[in-house]
Amino acid sequence: MADIMTPALGESVTEATVAKWSKKAGDTVRKDEILVELETDKVSLEVASPSDGVLSEISAEEGVTVEPGAILGRVTEGAVAAAPKANGAKAAEAPKAEATSDPKPEPEPAKPAARPAAEPVLAPSAQRIAAENKLDPAAIAGTGKDGRVTKGDALAALEARAKAPTPAPAPSAPREIHAREERVKMTRLRQTIARRLKEAQNAAAMLTTFNEVDMTGVMALRNQYKDVFEKKHGVKLGFMSFFVKAVVHGLQQVPEVNAEIDGTDIIYKNHYDISVAVGTERGLVTPVVRDADAMSLAGIEKEIGALGRKARDGQLALEDLQGGTFTISNGGVYGSLMSTPILNAPQSGILGMHKIQERPMVVGGQIVVRPMMYLALSYDHRVVDGQGAVTFLVHVKDAIEDPQRLLLDV
Amino acid sequence: MADTPSYDVVIIGGGPGGYNAGIRAGQLGLKAAVVEMRATLGGTCLNVGCMPSKALLHASELFAAAGSEFAELGIDVSPKLNLPQMMKQKGESVGALTKGIEFLFKKNKVDWIKGAGKISGPGQVEVTSENGTVTTLAAKDIVIATGSEPSPLAGVEVDQKRVVDSTGALSLSEVPGHLVVIGAGIIGLELGSVWRRLGAKVTVVEFLDRITPGMDAEMAKAFQRSLTKQGIAFKLSSKVTGAKTTKTGVSLTYEPVAGGPAETLDADYVLLAIGRRPFTDNLGLENVGIERDKRGFIPTDHWKTSAEGVWAIGDVTLGPMLAHKAEEEAVACIETLAGKAGHVSYGLIPSVIYTSPEVAWVGKTEEELKADGRAYKVGKFPFSANSRAKINHETEGFAKVLADAVTDEVLGAHLIGPNVSEMIGEYCVAMEFRAASEDVARTCHPHPTRSEALRQAAMGVEGWTMQA
Repeated sequence: MADIMTPALGESVTEATVAKWSKKAGDTVRKDEILVELETDKVSLEVASPSDGVLSEISAEEGVTVEPGAILGRVTEGAVAAAPKANGAKAAEAPKAEATSDPKPEPEPAKPAARPAAEPVLAPSAQRIAAENKLDPAAIAGTGKDGRVTKGDALAALEARAKAPTPAPAPSAPREIHAREERVKMTRLRQTIARRLKEAQNAAAMLTTFNEVDMTGVMALRNQYKDVFEKKHGVKLGFMSFFVKAVVHGLQQVPEVNAEIDGTDIIYKNHYDISVAVGTERGLVTPVVRDADAMSLAGIEKEIGALGRKARDGQLALEDLQGGTFTISNGGVYGSLMSTPILNAPQSGILGMHKIQERPMVVGGQIVVRPMMYLALSYDHRVVDGQGAVTFLVHVKDAIEDPQRLLLDV
Repeated sequence: MADTPSYDVVIIGGGPGGYNAGIRAGQLGLKAAVVEMRATLGGTCLNVGCMPSKALLHASELFAAAGSEFAELGIDVSPKLNLPQMMKQKGESVGALTKGIEFLFKKNKVDWIKGAGKISGPGQVEVTSENGTVTTLAAKDIVIATGSEPSPLAGVEVDQKRVVDSTGALSLSEVPGHLVVIGAGIIGLELGSVWRRLGAKVTVVEFLDRITPGMDAEMAKAFQRSLTKQGIAFKLSSKVTGAKTTKTGVSLTYEPVAGGPAETLDADYVLLAIGRRPFTDNLGLENVGIERDKRGFIPTDHWKTSAEGVWAIGDVTLGPMLAHKAEEEAVACIETLAGKAGHVSYGLIPSVIYTSPEVAWVGKTEEELKADGRAYKVGKFPFSANSRAKINHETEGFAKVLADAVTDEVLGAHLIGPNVSEMIGEYCVAMEFRAASEDVARTCHPHPTRSEALRQAAMGVEGWTMQA
């Protein structure tokens, strides 16, 4: 008998939800065949059968939360599923096959290794506080002997919850559903998005500065070279690569926009890994274009394309999502004219791109029609001063309006 | 030196620190020797301290109860004191206990080297036996556990005849007509109580304006009131200036600390009990470069002295001079030198006075919490509201629990009343586990017992005492 184990979920991911079993107990399965899909805060992943045989037991049903190492189910090796037999003559064989697939007669393998850590030990007072306030005992950090949870620990956990401005309110009795309403459980990804956005709002001193950029120059450049570009690189020349380059240029001039707060310190990052917001059916994800400063425009376009495809197909790996230093979000693709993006914590800046709209502009005393885009920079005022934020945004604007600046690094 | 016996650890001193260190070393498989110059093991505690005093306290308490309390229970007796027998049973109990340690040494393969130990150099202990022969022991580690001795007082010479220290006061051959005790600390009050119960008039002279320094002031006040009721007289804020001894008694002079005319007390015996000092002379500390502090204590860092391979535990180090503190350090010191994780919770060393009523406490006093600026809550419960105490006609005293105002963690427990020495351990465990008062309040206690008062006091911290 082989255990189907929850695999390691990656850095900082401690649990996953069983999303979907593609086989049911009793089914014949092949080694490496996908049996079950798990959803984590960040990605979904698939777990394959450890061996040929019969899926004899499903121990974690859909919707159950599991930790790495937890047993999802068991495969009885070499067994064959008990197919319903029309032929009575072979009836004697069926129970035999069933017996093979019945896990009970076999001794249970030792479980502890796969079990989550020992249950937390709570003092009687801490138990009462947890019970009365619906605190998760496992989520209270114990400072007592051998990690026991003291009353003080429970009270501190309670206070921390009260202090968090709007924690997802402890789901009290769910409200009644009216005839024309529908209740749908949030996916884990949706819950994570909700939580992280709120955390970012709670933690940062966030505000937004605006500017507008005349797209004439970059559009002309693009029109001039788009065919040659595509022919040579096999990828379309879009605006995103210009913005990524312009952002990197700005970050190099104003390093605090590329920094993050850690306790009472500021960590400056001398690498430029740009998170690019991508909308998918499941929700918004922000895969990372790494070392964007060292990439060509073509390289950036290819990378964004590849990440976007992965995101749509739900194939993003955790590594694809971790470690960004700044985020670009393009609300323009949906037609947004202006918005205030929320930071992607722990980053300190996010650039909002918008719809290109022809508007009358005054150029050299004349009113002319120009393709304009509003730019928004939301930033963490704890790290970035207003001057830095505006300087950064003006750098981006200048680089887009006059792309030759990027070439000359001015 | 053809045959220098060689040990992993040599412990100088066979009291509670030394003998427990020996036993623990033996348990951990170390080759250990304990050097003790007394004819019996056990040190001050077993021979001339805790144990014999408890023997006399117990016997004298029953004697006093038989005389004054039995009648109320319907038992008519007229007790007659047999002091020689009382002393004899004390000696027998003590003898049995010291033999018990010898047995434990054999069981754990610890050698008792009889004689006076002295560090003659790094890794060397020289033992001089009673008849003058000198043996040298080689030791990888040396533990100093030589304990303490009564502090002297200028102008009052202890002759162990009329002016005695604690040792002498445990073996008086008669009940004094008037015993004057210098010092209202634990030792003075315990021994004063013994002789008071056996019939002596007892006067206690104390330099400070309160008795039992270190005890929570509210407890000390209640305690003094109780002792006064038993007939012990107190002269506080008084400084003893001299003692003139004659064949039949002592004339003790004292004057107010604040200044004023001197007064004289005529006593049959004087007990000098102003405290104890570390016993660190003639230990050869200079041979390994250890310097003592001004008061003679050996400075240590986690029982390590300034000299490599030399450790010190118990009364020779700073901290309360208590057998159980020494015992705790013995275990931690040996475990540390054996490479394990020795630990002592210094904030949780309980104190007990075995008088009647007893006083027992652990953790912080209210005065300490105030000095620390720590916000705390108080829960109290009197034994007069405790059913068992009431049934036993022993309603004196109360329990007091101090807990952090925010976290409710128990910070101190103070008990006064019969048998509280046996009950304080509950709070020692609770506090070692950093329990909140509510944890004690939510723990089932047997009924009817005096221990219920401890729970009710804990309830009182958060205002839900149920039985008063």
